[in-house]
Amino acid sequence: MSATTAAPAPIPAKAPRVETPLQRFISEFAESNIALGALIVFLCIVLIAVFAPWIAPQNPYDLAQLDIMDGRMEPGTVGGAGFTYWLGTDDQGRDMLSGIMYGLRISLVVGAGSAIVAAIVGASLGMLAAYAGGRTDTIIMRLVDLQLSFPTILSALMILAFLGKGITNVVIALIVVEWAYYARTVRGTALVERRREYIEAAQCLALPTRRIIFRHLLPNCMPPLIVVATIQIARAIALEATLSFLGLGVPITEPSLGLLIANGYEYMLSGKYWISFYPGIALLITIVSINLVGDHLRDVLNPRLKK
Amino acid sequence: MSVYLLRRLIQAALVMLAMSVIVFIGVYAIGDPVEILISPDADQMERARAIAALGLDKPLWQQYLSFLGNALRGDLGRSFVFNEPALKLIGQRAPATLELAFAAMFLAILVGLPLGLYAGLRPDGVGAKAIMAGSILGFSLPTFWVGLMLIMVFAVQLGWLPSTGRGETVEILGLRWSFLTMDGLAHMAMPALNLALFKISLVIRLTRAGVRETMLMDFVKFARAKGLSPRRVIGVHVFKNILIPVVTVTGLELGSTIAFSVVTESVFAWPGMGKLIIDSINVLDRPVIVAYLMSIVLMFIIINLVVDLLYSVLDPRVRLESK
Repeated sequence: MSATTAAPAPIPAKAPRVETPLQRFISEFAESNIALGALIVFLCIVLIAVFAPWIAPQNPYDLAQLDIMDGRMEPGTVGGAGFTYWLGTDDQGRDMLSGIMYGLRISLVVGAGSAIVAAIVGASLGMLAAYAGGRTDTIIMRLVDLQLSFPTILSALMILAFLGKGITNVVIALIVVEWAYYARTVRGTALVERRREYIEAAQCLALPTRRIIFRHLLPNCMPPLIVVATIQIARAIALEATLSFLGLGVPITEPSLGLLIANGYEYMLSGKYWISFYPGIALLITIVSINLVGDHLRDVLNPRLKK
Repeated sequence: MSVYLLRRLIQAALVMLAMSVIVFIGVYAIGDPVEILISPDADQMERARAIAALGLDKPLWQQYLSFLGNALRGDLGRSFVFNEPALKLIGQRAPATLELAFAAMFLAILVGLPLGLYAGLRPDGVGAKAIMAGSILGFSLPTFWVGLMLIMVFAVQLGWLPSTGRGETVEILGLRWSFLTMDGLAHMAMPALNLALFKISLVIRLTRAGVRETMLMDFVKFARAKGLSPRRVIGVHVFKNILIPVVTVTGLELGSTIAFSVVTESVFAWPGMGKLIIDSINVLDRPVIVAYLMSIVLMFIIINLVVDLLYSVLDPRVRLESK
């Protein structure tokens, strides 16, 4: 299956029903109920995150809306402001449901943003390594090997130790940790693809190298790249949550899910479970749904598993 | 073999050297060490004297060489917080982390191997499906959150296990270990399980894949045809063959277990290296940060080296390719 999945193909005239690659991809993806369900769940999460300011019962960062008297209330209690805290409140009297909705925004932006930048950096370097070959290839792949021989959390800690805490530095750390996965994947695919006839044909037409790489080689390297990107977004979200939990990530004024969980840590021991519990559930649902989609994408996009 | 060994040793030394440059530049050049090393109350004269004493007026490459020289003598500076040599601090905390990591790996094999074996032998059964779904959950669950939930259930609600700390320790060979006392074991149970969760999923998947592959092999068919009992076929013939990849991968994962113990140690206030590095990053205790990074990088390089060498012993193809 040649992967022009990204480009919306023109809808053909009715008579001969030829499936475009995109249509075939969609119908193949929809075969798995679990993956379809996961995708719907994930889209709902994205919608909640995007529309949080309009659907959340409370703006958790507007101090005027917070009532300290409502602090650490159990889920389901009615607060002083007159509405029910379905998931309880934290120590500041912040509604956990609203906190989670706003936290999702930060987690998703940090996770997806770093994954996209890492994908661009990694894919470019991987492509360069495959196309240039020789010494360039060796140097880039040595760097990839070096990066991948250390666990992600260690590399991230190292970068945060150098640059200090903060959200920008977490994003930088996530990019540095992730680029190598993209580079390795893209190089592997590109090495196979560049020996194909269509590249040879493009070279015979004396097309400029840049055009061959971006218009011919890159689109055909997309399927594995998409799979890696899906999985990496989930990993980035989890890693950001971990770093924020350790107190190295986002500032206290803009808590992501990880920081919300960390905030509940001290109240856990006195049995006030909900401050940590519900943000964790939200994080879990997000990560699991992305992983399930990614898992199925891998099966659909893998030509070796074609019937 | 000796040529291969020599080449790998040189490579390891080069990687170590490269990492020392990265750590040096990262910690001493990107941040301003003057700000951190010299008290803010110092006047201009004292500042200048301190800068000269620390060698910070010299060019960067000279500073690096003296850093490297000191590092080779085992001197990575003194902690600002504890006022003790940084390496000594790391050494004091290392046993706690190591015993936690080994306990986690042990648990991973103890739990993961039988479950993976079962899932591989009956891939279509309900039990196998449940195990595989559980392993996906194990990959997806954020470690720190699981740790909190363990504390909530077993320490707060049931009150079975202590929530934090290391418990009673026994001193052996000048180091303190807690796995030899009942109290220590009780303290270790939750952190070890928490750290093991991800590895259990990994071992389950590896074992299951290995079993499904091995069951189709001719030697298994032959053993069956010979009339051996299923228990013997699985227990001896299949098991031996899946053990090699499982053991290698678990060995390789030891390093990442030690690195990821940072998270578990923070949750359970386990006084190991991981807790130390997080505290040190929070208060910018740079000598300790450097000492931690350098020693863990060294450990990784050694683990990778040992695994590579083991591979070349076990698999002659690796040796041939490197020539």
